[in-house]
Amino acid sequence: MLRDITIGQYYQTESVIHKLDPRVKLMGTLVFIISLFLGKSVWIYLGATIFLAVVIKLSNVPLKFILKGLKAVVLLIVLSAAFNLFLTDGRVLVHFWIFTITAEGLYQAVFMVIRLIYLIMGSSLMTLTTTPNHLTDGLEKGLGFLKKIKVPVHEISMMMSIALRFIPILIEETDKIMKAQLARGADFENGNILKRAKAMIPVLVPLFISAFRRANELAMAMEARCYHGDEGRTKMKPLKYQKRDRIAYISMFGYLAVLIALNVWMSGRII
Amino acid sequence: MGIIKTENLTFEYIRRDDEGNVEGITTAVDDVSLDIQAGDFVAILGHNGSGKSTFAKHLNALVAPTEGTVWVDGMDTKEEEHTLDIRQTSGMVFQNPDNQIICTLVEEEVGFGPENIGVPTDEIWECVEKSLKAVGMYRFRKASPNKLSGGQKQRVAIAGIVAMKPKCIVLDEPTAMLDPSGRKDVINILHALNKQENVTIILITHYMEEVIDADHVFVMDEGKVVMEGTPRQIFTQVDKMKELHLDVPQVTEVAYELRMKGLPINQGVLTNAELIAELKRIQG
Repeated sequence: MLRDITIGQYYQTESVIHKLDPRVKLMGTLVFIISLFLGKSVWIYLGATIFLAVVIKLSNVPLKFILKGLKAVVLLIVLSAAFNLFLTDGRVLVHFWIFTITAEGLYQAVFMVIRLIYLIMGSSLMTLTTTPNHLTDGLEKGLGFLKKIKVPVHEISMMMSIALRFIPILIEETDKIMKAQLARGADFENGNILKRAKAMIPVLVPLFISAFRRANELAMAMEARCYHGDEGRTKMKPLKYQKRDRIAYISMFGYLAVLIALNVWMSGRII
Repeated sequence: MGIIKTENLTFEYIRRDDEGNVEGITTAVDDVSLDIQAGDFVAILGHNGSGKSTFAKHLNALVAPTEGTVWVDGMDTKEEEHTLDIRQTSGMVFQNPDNQIICTLVEEEVGFGPENIGVPTDEIWECVEKSLKAVGMYRFRKASPNKLSGGQKQRVAIAGIVAMKPKCIVLDEPTAMLDPSGRKDVINILHALNKQENVTIILITHYMEEVIDADHVFVMDEGKVVMEGTPRQIFTQVDKMKELHLDVPQVTEVAYELRMKGLPINQGVLTNAELIAELKRIQG
């Protein structure tokens, strides 16, 4: 189950999107999310679809791979669609037992589902095309202005990248401990939720202990290699905007401007 | 004075009970004085709990001595203003390769040390390329460390230290978690670094085979240095090694047993070739 999650995974291939500066991609994701919430006209969604399709095409990540990431949130999408479908007042289309489906509800539900799917596709596209380290570098530099108000930006991004590096190691370890406990007669599959949750305790306790031991050793290894925060630290891969990053900025803000203009023209409102 | 010198080095762990009262004191390193010359390949032997790992941490200023002094390239490890210089002078490689790799790409991992000491970007790339080539891992530079074998990870860890251009590398049982072929690769690389780059190597181990080619060996037991000398001088004393619960290389053991059975084999046989020569001499 843990292996199915594609959110936060990196898909290695060569593409223009992969080469973009992480700050551009972070901003792009934000712009895309804003654009999804602009309005409910079909034209807005058409625009968003074209934008997403172009970016996916440029990224060389197979569509199937991106859609796999949706599996983890299917329940969330179904639930929010159901709420919108059954709980919206308006012109009644179908009525049976206690359920009423209205035209407005149907309309709402469809848009909500599209919105959520695009939201997840857009943000997983960012993580699929950006290595975790690049991402944290982007966050560190992009949020660098927060250092002035004493936010430890470097430390936070270092913690994030270490956490990401240890995810596969800890998953492997969980697997090992579970197998070891199974070999000793542990039962993780039978019983109700409470019983199964209790059965996880003998897995979690050793996992925590070993995570602390690893953290301790890692801290020592970092110190041994002269790590002392970001004071006087240079970068092996410093972030510098290239021509393609400027083009990306221009096109994403162009996209946002077009959608806003479209929305104003269609409904007379900005949002 | 050599690159590393310790004088009456003592380190004590204070054990406390749940209320924080002192329960007892464990002396991990007990009055160790030694002097290691630059360019040497030094091995430190000892069974578990003999204090060799604690001793190693002193050489990198990761712990400060309770008593006595450690000098690394003339710098006293107790003086905090030298800490970074000391860590750059004597790099340290640990036992578990997973717990010392910080980054998610091999090349970034090797660049981590140079980044910390503030090397300019272009030079970092030069260092990284050179050190990855030195350990034969250059073609894996874009790989994720998670996908490498234990021996390869440990080679990356060594490259990460080499990139900081240390004068001396301390390795705390770097091969304990590796398979035999990974172990051999790591040891070969250490010898190459020692010969070609003239880096002082301090190898802490309990595999006797890794010690044979060292220039100098120290044997530790209960925090003290109990034997020191060339590998040949150490392994000639099979009885004393057994007393310390340490093995000798397999062929030395065979030669020892044969001599005990009455064959006139000379002491100090360290390699297969030497044993064969001895046996031929007796026969002929």
